Amino acid sequence: MIKIDVRRKAFGEEAILRDVRFEVEAGETIAILGASGIGKSTLLRLIAGIDPAFEGEITRPDKIAMVFQEPVLLPWRSVIENLTLVHPELGAQAALSALERTGIVDKARLFPGQLSLGQQRRLALARAFAGRPDLLVMDEPYVSLDPRTAEEMLALTEALIAEAGPAVVLVTHSDVEAQRLARRCLRLAGRPATIASELATGSALLSREVHHDRA
Amino acid sequence: MDCSCALSKTLQHPALVRAVSLGLLLLLWIVAAELTADASVLPRPLALWTPFTEAVASGALPYHLGMTLWRVVCAFVPAMAIGVALGYLMGRVPAVDQWLDPWLVVFLNLPALVLIVLCYLWIGLNETAAIIAVVLNKIPNVATILREGARALDSNLDAMAKVYRMRSLARLRHVVMPQLAPFIAGAARSGIAVIWKIVLVVEFLGRSSGIGFQIHFYFQLFDVAMVLVYALSFIGVMLLVEALILQPSERRVRRWRTA
Repeated sequence: MIKIDVRRKAFGEEAILRDVRFEVEAGETIAILGASGIGKSTLLRLIAGIDPAFEGEITRPDKIAMVFQEPVLLPWRSVIENLTLVHPELGAQAALSALERTGIVDKARLFPGQLSLGQQRRLALARAFAGRPDLLVMDEPYVSLDPRTAEEMLALTEALIAEAGPAVVLVTHSDVEAQRLARRCLRLAGRPATIASELATGSALLSREVHHDRA
Repeated sequence: MDCSCALSKTLQHPALVRAVSLGLLLLLWIVAAELTADASVLPRPLALWTPFTEAVASGALPYHLGMTLWRVVCAFVPAMAIGVALGYLMGRVPAVDQWLDPWLVVFLNLPALVLIVLCYLWIGLNETAAIIAVVLNKIPNVATILREGARALDSNLDAMAKVYRMRSLARLRHVVMPQLAPFIAGAARSGIAVIWKIVLVVEFLGRSSGIGFQIHFYFQLFDVAMVLVYALSFIGVMLLVEALILQPSERRVRRWRTA
């Protein structure tokens, strides 16, 4: 189980997050919603262990993966090396299988710069799932994709989560993504931000909450 | 019309432009030599051929060239290693930068000649002093360039390496060094050019071998031809180093950009 207890996170004197507490069960996906600049990405960086400077405590597993807003690949290494260098325990065959699963096995020897944005995001997904993470953190993973590619990526993510079963914390602005991937949604609001509401997906309320956020 | 287009394209070819540019410099030299009309002041380019072949045949030119090259290598390697490490630390750790930045400013503004003279005075007229003087002269430049490189490192890639718990060595080799490579290449190219000039001064002032020593020797004899023979020979060697080592290695590290 992942336990998040952020009592305070500040940049300088300005507090960004206050008393953000929730738990994520193994295999559960939760979505974090909220207006731009509210502190969602900051919270994700705390959960992923990237930023250790905060008051509070986060209990997380050792095997964590993250899908960033940008693909964040090593542009000077080939597609397959982007998997094998990040996951050295992965053999060449397993790396190729991971690429095959995300539909870019024919690009294995290319550099990331030779891929389209959609293919780069597939590589980022392959990298995230190749290590069989216990916790997957996703920060608006389909941003700036065209609707068709975003839909393909969403379907692929759903399938991969179903196969690997990690706990997932997803930040998104899209109610469709939240509805499709998450069991619960937390909405951050206020300054400093805290959890304003918690809803199960599928409820009519969520839709209203999400639309309220975006307005 | 087609003809002029083709000619204009040919004239834009980098190798041709370089050759024509060097040819113009040579022409300028020939014109200056003709105007001077005194071979003891400025000999014609062709007049250097005989002293050059004699210096090669006697073994003097290869020996002194070898000594200077050896000193350049001895100074270049530690200057790059220390400069890269220092610059990286300063770019990554603000406290180190705060403490070392004033030192950097002092050493950057300290004339090369002062460091050379001080090293000879403190350590003695020997190889150690010569190499240390050159290394101390070059470290601040390398550190300054690498500090900028370290400051420009992609924080997202840092975060990725941290989340996926990449090992320190793998992180350094596959995440950090490729980002620093253009800065290291830039520091190396400007470094080698500066280092060999400082090595010449060091040899001029206090060694009994090397191109700098020979230039000093022929300066006292007012033999302009031999001064030019030694200087141009070393420029030739450095151009070869640039073309055969530095440029190919730079192309290799930039391969992914042009793929």
